[in-house]
Amino acid sequence: MTVTESPASPLADKAKELVRVHLRIKRYDPETDTRPRWQEFEVEMSPGDRVLDALHLVKWTQDGTLSFRRSCAHGVCGSDAMVINGENKLACINLIKNIGTDLTIEPIRGLEVIKDLVVDMEPFFAQHRSIMPYLIAHDDPGYKERLQTQEDRDRFDDTTKCILCACCTTSCPIYWANSEYVGPAAIVSAHRFIFDSRDDGAQERLDILNQKSGVFRCKTSFNCTEACPRGIKVTQAIEEVKRAILYDRA
Amino acid sequence: MNVHYHSYDAVVVGAGGAGLRAAIELAGEARTAVLTKLYPTRSHTGAAQGGMCAALANVEEDYWEWHAFDTVKGGDYLGDQDAIDIMCREAIDAVIDLEHFGLPFSRTPQGRIDQRRFGGHTRNHGEAPVRRACYAADRTGHMILHTLYQRCVAKEVNFFNEFQVFDVLFEGEGADRRAAGVVAYEMATGDLHVFISKGVLFATGGYGKMFKISSNAHTLTGDGPGVLFKAGIPMEDLEFYQFHPTGIYGFGILLSEAARGEGGILRNSDGERFMERVAPTVKDLAPRDMVSRAIHAEIKAGRGAGPKSDYVYLDLTHLPPEQIDSKLPDITDFVRTYLGIEPKKDPIPIQPTAHYAMGGIPTNVEGEVIVDDHNTVMPGLYAAGECACVSVHGANRLGTNSLLDIVVFGRRGGKAMAEYVKTVGHPEVARGAEAKVRERIEQLKAGTGSEKVGDIRTTLQESMTLDASVVRTNESLSDAKRTVEELKAQYANIKIDDKGEVFNYDLTEAMELGHLLDLAHGLVVGAQARTESRGAHWRDDYPTRDDQNWMKHTLAHLEQDGSIRLSYKQVVAGNYQPMERKY
Repeated sequence: MTVTESPASPLADKAKELVRVHLRIKRYDPETDTRPRWQEFEVEMSPGDRVLDALHLVKWTQDGTLSFRRSCAHGVCGSDAMVINGENKLACINLIKNIGTDLTIEPIRGLEVIKDLVVDMEPFFAQHRSIMPYLIAHDDPGYKERLQTQEDRDRFDDTTKCILCACCTTSCPIYWANSEYVGPAAIVSAHRFIFDSRDDGAQERLDILNQKSGVFRCKTSFNCTEACPRGIKVTQAIEEVKRAILYDRA
Repeated sequence: MNVHYHSYDAVVVGAGGAGLRAAIELAGEARTAVLTKLYPTRSHTGAAQGGMCAALANVEEDYWEWHAFDTVKGGDYLGDQDAIDIMCREAIDAVIDLEHFGLPFSRTPQGRIDQRRFGGHTRNHGEAPVRRACYAADRTGHMILHTLYQRCVAKEVNFFNEFQVFDVLFEGEGADRRAAGVVAYEMATGDLHVFISKGVLFATGGYGKMFKISSNAHTLTGDGPGVLFKAGIPMEDLEFYQFHPTGIYGFGILLSEAARGEGGILRNSDGERFMERVAPTVKDLAPRDMVSRAIHAEIKAGRGAGPKSDYVYLDLTHLPPEQIDSKLPDITDFVRTYLGIEPKKDPIPIQPTAHYAMGGIPTNVEGEVIVDDHNTVMPGLYAAGECACVSVHGANRLGTNSLLDIVVFGRRGGKAMAEYVKTVGHPEVARGAEAKVRERIEQLKAGTGSEKVGDIRTTLQESMTLDASVVRTNESLSDAKRTVEELKAQYANIKIDDKGEVFNYDLTEAMELGHLLDLAHGLVVGAQARTESRGAHWRDDYPTRDDQNWMKHTLAHLEQDGSIRLSYKQVVAGNYQPMERKY
């Protein structure tokens, strides 16, 4: 076989001229600001680079006081969820060439802003912990693996992908209005165990999610599914949990 | 700047796979605090993809001794064979433990944990690739990280999230000296926290951010090794740094070896499967050091692809699309996201990417930190995972053995520390133990310097990638050493923009850069001294392995004046005698 250069090669982008990217970032410094303010920046970068790279360029070359969380930079750690041009996204998996050179960036909504794009994640993780996000198995398998059919394993595959980035929960209008609502991410985590054939804790979790802050708060707006950077069918998972409660079928 | 004092039996620094696995052992046994500069689920264990090897023999004949042989040979005979035996033997229970914790492994048609092929893992001492890697699609690390975190939630482990450790504390002098805690910086407030503790276990991960093209997270800055290096603890085998052959071109993002385990093929610009020439038996599944060097050689010989002829291809186009979707869903998504190409139709441009530190904080098989060439232990001080060097990976780590390392030695370290803290009294730490850290922070904030953290880091990364990566020479290492020393001088004169208390990443990045510079310094000095080629350390000017003079571990010591002194430590021999490394 002879390999020919694909027309969609990265080099097509790398070779391109740099583009000017205009960022409008919602800033807030609790030590100096009484309310959030907008600040604008211009950076030059390759169109094949990430939104995260644009933020780094600002931080490293123009204004070191800009604060945002990030770690892996390729969409698996869930640190850099933010509102980019009105939608919840991870800054590290969105490229300038796809999203455009005019960026408006705000912190995710529904969690308290601490500084710039950094919000208080603790309520989000507390909700995650509230649904007993761990395998509850009453049998003693001894020193060997439990068996699980491929079909049983596939049953909850989609919800194992969750990286707890909070894109879904903080895109949910019900959550914005009522932070007591457990939120889509916690329900996704519950789903991952409720439908795991090895788990014996489904009823306890369904009881938790049947409370008034639970799954029936969801009004199926589908924002969560659209926001999920991992492509999890979040709304469907929520519906499956609702049905499990209604029809006693986990 | 407020200061808070805490008292614990055990402190774990880092909440990736090794830290969490240690915490599970400690929970309920000792009063334990787990400190992480991130949230636990953000740790880079979650980026591991392909699998975790254990000789379960679920799909074909296999024995842990074969795994041990492959690990010894893969590490080019620098690994300590007592530790390797333990890791490969305990691998089997470690996988079973994870399954019991709820890890959703991919399954065989019989419902057992499925296994697949991986680089350097062979049947019967090199006959052919063996299916040894247990996996969960191509997100095995994500599943391990989340499963361990879930177990910690169940065990009500006490986490201090976004607490970054800036210093380690000791008590006593001479033979009575022991670990006594850490000083941590709370991101949300800028407050300092002194954790006085009988035991401290470092599990802070790697330091791949000293290189430009890297698979590592931005946060992998060697914080644990950096803090201990400065405190007088030597670092072992820093010159052995692994470059993974298949990073996404231009980005360095990892494309798992599982892609080749599932049948993917590396090709040069002529479309030739060049690994057939280099490793006739295992071909594309040769160990990473050999594959990265082969790619380097193809590019140097003018058979690289692209306008700059500086990459080769990972070809998956012949694999059944349903196999790609079920076995390699995440990495093929990365290719679509970052390169905009469809891996089912087009070969993927790849280049070697800085990936894994074989070296680090020297420990024994119980995770106890060693402070000299005679394996003297520092009581109360432990390390596990990538930041540690047991040494199970020797001069080159085999794929999947890092996930194995974190669970086996995370568990052993946690267990050993849980027992140790029951036998000793609480350390005496005087008020003001945080003074050094406080001074450093105040100095940084008041800094009238002119050097920018970002500029120094960029120069460091470019220099290390150019001069101290896949192929090295005395000349290139001299250049790297000169650069690092200049940068260390500039670093003394840095300034930061952010003078605030709340989420001041400008400050933490400055501290992290200090670790990267010290560790890079140790790496290049160790590499320049080692006049042989072994595993990931390849010297074009000394292209053979020299067992006579160099079958020994390097210990780098950071001296008070900022220079590096080297000493050496014996390799632990075992069943397998050194032989020529062919695949």
